[in-house]
Amino acid sequence: MAPQPKMPRSWRAETKPHKFCPGCGHGIILKFLGEAIDELEIHDKVVFGCDIGCSLLSWDFFNLDSVQTHHGRTIPVMTGIKRARPELICIAYMGDGGGYSIGAQHMVAAAARNEKITAILANNTQYAMTGGQMAPTTLPGQKTETSPYGRDPEVTGYPLQGPEMVSAITPDGAYVARSSIGNLRQLKAALKKALENQINGNGFSFVEALSSCPTNWRTNAKDTWSFIENEMSKQFKVGEIKAPGAVQGEVG
Amino acid sequence: MSEKTIQEEKRVFMTGNEVVAWAAIAAKADIMYGYPITPQNEIMHYWTRLAPKYNKTFLQTEDELSAGFTTVGGVMAGRKAFTATAGPGNTLMQEPMSMAEMMRLPTVVVIQQRGGPSTATVIYSQQEVTLTTLGGNGEGMRIVYSTANHQELYDYTIKAFNTAWKYRFPTFVLGDGYQAKMREPLTMYKPEERGVQIIEPQAFVGLAGVPGRDRPPAHHRNTYNLEEELYEKVSHDMAEFERIAPEVAEFQAENTDDAELVVVGHGVVFRAVREAVNNLREQGHKVGYFRPVTLRPLPVQQIKELSAGVSKILVVESAYGQLARLFKEVAYGGTAEITHLFRPGIGITATEVEVRVKGLLETGLRKPRLRKASVG
Repeated sequence: MAPQPKMPRSWRAETKPHKFCPGCGHGIILKFLGEAIDELEIHDKVVFGCDIGCSLLSWDFFNLDSVQTHHGRTIPVMTGIKRARPELICIAYMGDGGGYSIGAQHMVAAAARNEKITAILANNTQYAMTGGQMAPTTLPGQKTETSPYGRDPEVTGYPLQGPEMVSAITPDGAYVARSSIGNLRQLKAALKKALENQINGNGFSFVEALSSCPTNWRTNAKDTWSFIENEMSKQFKVGEIKAPGAVQGEVG
Repeated sequence: MSEKTIQEEKRVFMTGNEVVAWAAIAAKADIMYGYPITPQNEIMHYWTRLAPKYNKTFLQTEDELSAGFTTVGGVMAGRKAFTATAGPGNTLMQEPMSMAEMMRLPTVVVIQQRGGPSTATVIYSQQEVTLTTLGGNGEGMRIVYSTANHQELYDYTIKAFNTAWKYRFPTFVLGDGYQAKMREPLTMYKPEERGVQIIEPQAFVGLAGVPGRDRPPAHHRNTYNLEEELYEKVSHDMAEFERIAPEVAEFQAENTDDAELVVVGHGVVFRAVREAVNNLREQGHKVGYFRPVTLRPLPVQQIKELSAGVSKILVVESAYGQLARLFKEVAYGGTAEITHLFRPGIGITATEVEVRVKGLLETGLRKPRLRKASVG
């Protein structure tokens, strides 16, 4: 038997293989989140919260205390935990719908208040669990179930620039980055920094990760990667946007 | 957390909202999450003034959805967290309380009812009965205390925390704008001095030890892969809710044994009902009153006995039959004729109740006259 890649220690072996579709980006993001947690040795302090939508499939993904919340409400639940028990490391994990649409007010308010939690958002340009409808992040011209002729920005606006928005409204101490499953080194570095920023008690930490959804995109492996690396990255610039005491634009 | 709370019994004269804030301190609440809405604002105002003195905390959230969900988070973290709201805020609060209901989280919410929908009047109604007892996309596994005066606001706010943490169902104190805003005398006391044992909270997440090594991870969810899985979960919780219902349910009744007519009311309306019934008794009328203190669960056995034992029941409420619907469902099968006095959104005086009861007693003496059906 060929050697199997090692799972992060914080992963829960009993719930693997995981429940995400083949080719889905969630598994990759969660792998590097797991490695970051391992390296920071914070297993006993982390509370992991996930949203409704595909992210909910991570409710038993980790050997971590976890809460699956309602659509868009992961940030307030984690805020509530953090405010009640500041020694805990609270991670709010969601998709673009949960963070930028139904939960946008919570994202905005938590960022503005500089809540000392870490929010991680998988951006796959559409609502996946509900069957591929348009999201705030859908690219201009992109076809979805509710933009069957392609998203027309004249009618439905342009894709929301989440990290840029969060960066603009967060006070000092916030950490904001956009990553991609197409750039794993940078993704892991960003996730680790976002957790470290919370451990250091600096402020709100936010990582958007460009992610994939071959099921709803109806793409093969080649076209999936091409969409992430060529189409999405044109609209969504990958890199560190804001970091306490760092030169902006640099990332590990 | 500071243990210093109310040290000795004290007679005070204050608004209902202030009473709630003091009661939460007495109940050893740790943290309040809230969003301003009239008429419950002063709960937050007083809590934020008291909080630093008692080493408590507060977060003003961006809306009631967030206030409800942060309360859920605070409870899961093992702290006695609570919130308060009214009207449209109560509507938004149903989403987090649905989560709390299914996850069996001991959330405490104080509702000071106002007219609805949306802004309507900002002061008073009893129109949040249906919402508070049965709101959300679930089965209404909640405990709802309807208070009638400031003493009860104090007593039942303390009790709500104990009930919530004992049974782990979302617990509500249902007041209203009149109770929130008016001043009234009451006695504040330290619960332990009266033999009330304060139940300690327990954490759902952030437990001791390394999950996966020292203990299994705590995984909480409201997501079910199969309908059958959900069926099992809801059936189990519902059975538990029904099992505890008789010990949770509370009521107040007087003169129902020999009564020809019993008046039913809750909340501040009960004050008018009691006064009217007392006056009518003095005048020689055979009337009594029945008041459900818990609107969910209702005192089922007592309502069934009542509806089988008297000939007429008059339900009085400042809503268009929200209590009456709940009451009739339980009273079904009884022989009593159930009639009503509905005044949605406005207060009800004892005189109004008296006039109505006298009218009903008179008609009860007359023989019913049949009218011929006319065609065309």
